Amino acid sequence: MANFYSDNKDLKFHLTHPLMKKIVALKERNFADKCKYDYAPLDFEDAMDSYDKVLETIGDICANIIAPNADSVDQEGPQLINNEVHYARGTQENYEAVKKAGLIGISLPREYGGLNFPFVPYVMSAEIVSRADGGFSNIWGLQDCAETLNEFASKEIKDLFLPRFNKGATASMNLTEPDAGSDLQAVQLKATYDEKTQKWLLNGVKRFITNGDADISLVLARSEEGTTDGRGLSLFVYDRTEKAVTVRRIENKLGIKGSPTCELVFKNAPSLLVGDRKLGLIKYVMSLMNSARLGIGAQSVGISESAYREALKYANERTQFGKAIIQFPAVYEMLSVMETKLKAIRSLLYETSRLVDFYKLYSKISDQRKLENEERNELKKYQKYADAFTPLLKLTASEYCNQIAYDALQIHGGAGFMKDFSIERLYRDARITSIYEGTSQLQVVAAIRSVTTGIYLSWIKENEAANHGHELDFIKKILIDMTTEYEKCVSVVIAVNDLEFIDFHARRMVEMAGNIVMGYLLLNDSARDLEYKKIAEMFIKRSLSQNKEKASFILATELKDIAAYKIAKL
Amino acid sequence: MRGLKIIVLAKQVPDTHNVGKDAMKADGTVNRAALPAIFNPEDLNALEQALKLKEKYEGTTITILTMGPPRAAEIIREAMYRGADNGYLITDRKFAGSDTLATSYALSLAVKKLKPFDIVICGRQAIDGDTAQVGPQVGEKVNIPQITYAEEILSFENEELIVKRRLERGIEIVAGKLPLLITVNSSAPACRNRNAKLLMKYKHAKTVSELQETTEDYIQLTKDRPYLKIEEWSVADLNAKDEWLGLSGSPTKVKKIENVVFKTKESKILSTSDNEIESLMKELIENHTIG
Repeated sequence: MANFYSDNKDLKFHLTHPLMKKIVALKERNFADKCKYDYAPLDFEDAMDSYDKVLETIGDICANIIAPNADSVDQEGPQLINNEVHYARGTQENYEAVKKAGLIGISLPREYGGLNFPFVPYVMSAEIVSRADGGFSNIWGLQDCAETLNEFASKEIKDLFLPRFNKGATASMNLTEPDAGSDLQAVQLKATYDEKTQKWLLNGVKRFITNGDADISLVLARSEEGTTDGRGLSLFVYDRTEKAVTVRRIENKLGIKGSPTCELVFKNAPSLLVGDRKLGLIKYVMSLMNSARLGIGAQSVGISESAYREALKYANERTQFGKAIIQFPAVYEMLSVMETKLKAIRSLLYETSRLVDFYKLYSKISDQRKLENEERNELKKYQKYADAFTPLLKLTASEYCNQIAYDALQIHGGAGFMKDFSIERLYRDARITSIYEGTSQLQVVAAIRSVTTGIYLSWIKENEAANHGHELDFIKKILIDMTTEYEKCVSVVIAVNDLEFIDFHARRMVEMAGNIVMGYLLLNDSARDLEYKKIAEMFIKRSLSQNKEKASFILATELKDIAAYKIAKL
Repeated sequence: MRGLKIIVLAKQVPDTHNVGKDAMKADGTVNRAALPAIFNPEDLNALEQALKLKEKYEGTTITILTMGPPRAAEIIREAMYRGADNGYLITDRKFAGSDTLATSYALSLAVKKLKPFDIVICGRQAIDGDTAQVGPQVGEKVNIPQITYAEEILSFENEELIVKRRLERGIEIVAGKLPLLITVNSSAPACRNRNAKLLMKYKHAKTVSELQETTEDYIQLTKDRPYLKIEEWSVADLNAKDEWLGLSGSPTKVKKIENVVFKTKESKILSTSDNEIESLMKELIENHTIG
């Protein structure tokens, strides 16, 4: 029987990374839960076996229920009936299946009915679900909201809301407004405290809200009257049973059509404050967005996997000029490059997941006891790396996803432009990944700090110092040269001492760093399994030429040249 | 409303839906080693009906009963991952070669041993033999009423089950007094997937034979968690008569096995005109392909 987990051995390879031993140890803390919960792991091997088996179940549901429903869900879409969102028939069937299988609240602690999985297997589930249906992965992936409540809400709120997730409650995060998109500081939805009910009343409009009519909603709102910036915003949790929100409309979108995108009107909607006032945007939403960005990374890899497989299949089946088109250099090169990009972003996805795991696990421990010196250093290191890698992942994975989907459709030729093949849906679904949860341009804004402060460089140097074996020396040497070139470009740009000049070259520098980082990740993969060597070599050699192009442009630009780029006028 | 005690009869079968070229041995018997062993599909439909009752009527328990080689314990675990509470594996070399009569004899002894129960439910037929005899035979031997070709158990009221049957020319809704036996069609809803928590809980469930191949820790774990034990019953446990078992208890004899090779001999191209469709229909009715 088809299975989206076991048919892709890359997944098990990344799941069984050597660092998992430490991650599982930090997550399960002496496996103390085994005395309290009959499904808690007994030891490390048992935990890994559980991840493996649960992923296999997800792979089964994805291959045999969610993927076969994807085309009809795309055509049918959700509907608005009497102010309520009704999912497409296939979406309902998908959700019922994942709910019955207990796959909501995967990362929540067991005391709230969760499975207590670390990020690595959780993110892997998201990749698999996204391969089956990128739109459905949003509805399923919004269980991230549970994690935010678990991290920041009071015990009362946690007890009230968290156990509902594993029973199948849907969720949404309500941030964007008509005049507050990328700039969330401009959020205006108003929250006023009602002494009588001891609840906050929400009034205003939210727009482009994925899964907007969900059971549980996190809402960013202005609680401090008279403020205009991010410091006046707080986070609230709203329960759908209050029936105080109207769904004004469901957007008609280019892609991910199965995922309802709603415009919501809040009218005296009673809600509870999450955490402390004024920390809504600057702390909680930032954390929520980081999880969501990891999720988009997974979504991008999943859609890429699906598009690549469609292209590979078609290229083998389609004959022209008397042979399968995969035999033509123009086609086989495209396919190889697609595969290389896919494996690179997958390695980046799971490296980022491990970094986030370490960061979150150490911070959780630090909430409960004083950390040892060494632990405190680890926490600091992983926090920096997690902050650096999350936007890098979101940027790279979503951009590659679009490139892979574009090439996969191209390989289909005219047939790809028709509705007969699923590649046209994948092409449309891919498009949003580089836009929502912060556009690629905003990811660069978040990532450039790690270029100028040398965080990517310190990760690179750490990996450079590792032993990869003689067999891989020739490609490692290329990476070392690329690093020297990158360092030179960064120092030249910084030396100009002008913020606009840094911003002008920011994307180029972030992408240079990204190429070296992914090069090292593929090198690490090759050191674990030489089967990855070919991919690593191809990726690194192509990246070398890309970085050279960027470097030659950077080194040939002066501050005054920027003026020439400001000529575009309406 | 009280909870029900349900026994699901299930069989591990070779996956005959995914047959490769080495699926049959030269002597015409099924090459079980070349085919993956799976949960008989219609038994899964039956399990789903049982699980639905468990959701509806608090206190309901589901016991899986299967007969087969030691590795058939796999399907008991599969059922546990979906919500079954426990399982019994009837296994003994003396059962080898049993036809439907000998199998239903063994199963009926086990069912009687599990008394009292309310419902015995199983798939209409297994995909390896396709006889559809075992369910009804068990019902007769245990001496309880049976409802065959069930598609849905509609309700449970006043010690009666209301069941929808799928028949060739329509549906029939019948009532049956407990205890009774039900066989379920493949047109019934598919079985749910494994549940993550149940999977992690019951993956350690083992039969006594399987436990012998594990470590001390495991044996201790099964002692601490009795629900992890899958019971094994042998001929002796069932007080079965040897001559009614295995080959000696099986009057069915294979007379001849034929290899059927599908070949396209000739094809006909028809237009969509009414005349041509009508003449094709006539032809198909005449040669009894349809009708």
